[in-house]
Amino acid sequence: MARSVTTQRKVLFTASAWFVALLIFFPVLWTILTSFKTEASAVASPPEFLHADWTLVNYADVWARSDYPRFFLNSVIISVGSTLLGLVIAIPAAWSMAFVPGKRTKDLLMWMLSTKMMPSAAVLIPMYLIFQRTGLFDSRTGLVLALMLMNLPVIVWMLYTYFKEIPGEILEAARMDGASLRNEIIYVLTPMAVPGIASTMLLNIILAWNEAFWTITLTTVNAAPLSAFIASFSAPQGLFYAKLSAASTMAIAPILILGWFSQKQLVRGLTFGAVK
Amino acid sequence: MATQSSRAAARLMVAPSVIVLFIWMIVPLALTVWFSFRIYRLLSPDRNGWAGLRNYSWFLNSPDFWLAITNTLLLVGGVLAITIVFGILIALLIDQPVWGQGPLRILVISPFFVMPPVAASIWENLFMHPQNGLFAAVSHAFGWKPILFMESYPMSSVIFIVAWEWLPFATLILLTALQSLSSEQLEAAEMDGAPAISRFRYIVLPHMIRSITVVVLIQTIFLLGIFGEIFTTTQGGPGSASTTLPYMIYKQAVIAKDIGRAAAGGIIAVILANIVAYFLMRSMGKNLDA
Repeated sequence: MARSVTTQRKVLFTASAWFVALLIFFPVLWTILTSFKTEASAVASPPEFLHADWTLVNYADVWARSDYPRFFLNSVIISVGSTLLGLVIAIPAAWSMAFVPGKRTKDLLMWMLSTKMMPSAAVLIPMYLIFQRTGLFDSRTGLVLALMLMNLPVIVWMLYTYFKEIPGEILEAARMDGASLRNEIIYVLTPMAVPGIASTMLLNIILAWNEAFWTITLTTVNAAPLSAFIASFSAPQGLFYAKLSAASTMAIAPILILGWFSQKQLVRGLTFGAVK
Repeated sequence: MATQSSRAAARLMVAPSVIVLFIWMIVPLALTVWFSFRIYRLLSPDRNGWAGLRNYSWFLNSPDFWLAITNTLLLVGGVLAITIVFGILIALLIDQPVWGQGPLRILVISPFFVMPPVAASIWENLFMHPQNGLFAAVSHAFGWKPILFMESYPMSSVIFIVAWEWLPFATLILLTALQSLSSEQLEAAEMDGAPAISRFRYIVLPHMIRSITVVVLIQTIFLLGIFGEIFTTTQGGPGSASTTLPYMIYKQAVIAKDIGRAAAGGIIAVILANIVAYFLMRSMGKNLDA
C-alpha cells in the first residue's frame, strides 16, 4: 500500500519535472528542428512538427555562403587560448591566496570581481583606440588577451575556492620532509587540484566561447569567431528562419555537446564554493 | 606559521594577476575620464577642446537618463527575481525522487550554452515575431490577436529572454545546495509533523542562503552590463523604451558618434556600478565567510 503511494508520487514528480525541463529546452530543440526544414515549411502556419519538408539544404547554403571553418577555428583558438593563459596567471595567485592568506586577501578577491562590473560599453571607444594603436585589432592575440582579462577574476575566484578545500596539513607534511616550494606545487598540490582546474577550464571555455561584445566589436574579418558569424545571419528579421536556425545550430552545437558531456564537472565548478 | 620568505613568495605569485587586471582596468578608465572632459565628436573633428562638465550635465539632464537607470535596475532585479524563484522551484522538483535525473539536468542546463546573440535572435524571430513566430501561431489557434512583444512589451521581453539564459545557472547552483542538505534533518522534522511549508522555510531556505548569495553576486555582475540581447532585439526601442545605461552609452558613441558624451556616460555608469558593488560585496561578504 505504502509502496504504491510512493510509486504514484514518483510518477507524478517525474512527469512534472520532465515537463518543466522540456519547456526550458524547447527553444533549443525548436531551433534544431527548424534548421532541417525548408524556408516555406519553417514559417508555415499552423507550425509543422512531424510532417514538415525535411532537408539539409540550409546547412549546405550556410556552409557555401560563409567560411564556417575559419569562424569555428577562431572560436576554438580564442576560447581555449584565453582560458589556458588565464590559468597560467591565475593558478599561482589562487594558490598563494588559499594557502598563505594575508589580511587583504578577501578584499583583493572582491576587488578582482568588481573589475568585472565596469560596463563594457563604457570603455568601448578607449579599448577600440588602444587595440587599433597596438595592432591588436582584429587579431587572435588581441582577443585572447581581452577575454583572458575579462575572465581572469572568475578563474582566480573558482581556483581559490577549490584550493581552499585542500587540507593544509598535507602541505605542511611535505614541507617538513623538505620539499621545496616548486616541488610542493608540482608533486603535492597539482594532482589534488586537477579536478578543480578542469572544472574551471571548462566553465571559462564556455564563457569565452559565448562572449559576444568584444568578439564582435574588436574584430572584422581575420579574428572573427562564431559570435560574429551569427551576427551576420540575424539581420533580416522575420525572414530566412531555416537558414538562421541552421547557422544558430552550427554556432552553438560544439559548446552544447562539450557542455553535455562535461555536465557533472561543470556543475561542480559553477557553485563558486557556495556549497560546502 | 607562514614564514617571511613564503609571504614574499605569495606576494610574488599574486602580483601578475593583480598587475594585469589593474592595467586592464585603469588604462581604459583613465582614457574615458580624459575624453569625458573633452569635446570629441567624430562627425565634426575640427571642433575640439575642453568641455568642462558639459558632457556630464548633458548626460544627467537627458530625459533618457533616468529611464535608462530604471530600465537597468528593472532588468537586473527582474532577472534575479525570476531566476531565483523559478530556480528554487525547479531545483525542489528535480531533487524529488524522479526517473532520469541526469538527462533532466542536461535539458535544464542547455540554455546556458547558447550564446547571447543566438538566444536573442531565436526568441525574437522563431518565437516572438508577430507574423511568423510560434507564439503568434498559438494566438491564431485561439483566435487571439498576436502580441507585439518587441513593440508593446520591449523591456519585459528582454527580461524574459535574459532570464531564460540565466535560469540554468541559478537552478543548478540551488540544486547542488539542496542535494548537500542532510535528509535526516528533514525526515526528523517530517516525523514531528512539521508541514512542508515550514520545513522549507526553516530548514531548506536557511541552508540555501549561501548559494542564493552567490547567484545574486555572480548574476548581478553579468547582468549590469547586458548589451547583446538588447542590441539584437529591440535596439533600445521603441523610442527609448528599452534603453539601459550600457545601451544609452553605446548609442552616444556609435550612433551619435559623440565620444565625449559617451565617455561621461561611461564614467557615470562606472560610479553607479561601484556603488552597487560596494553594497553587494558588503552584505554578501559576511554571508560568504560563514
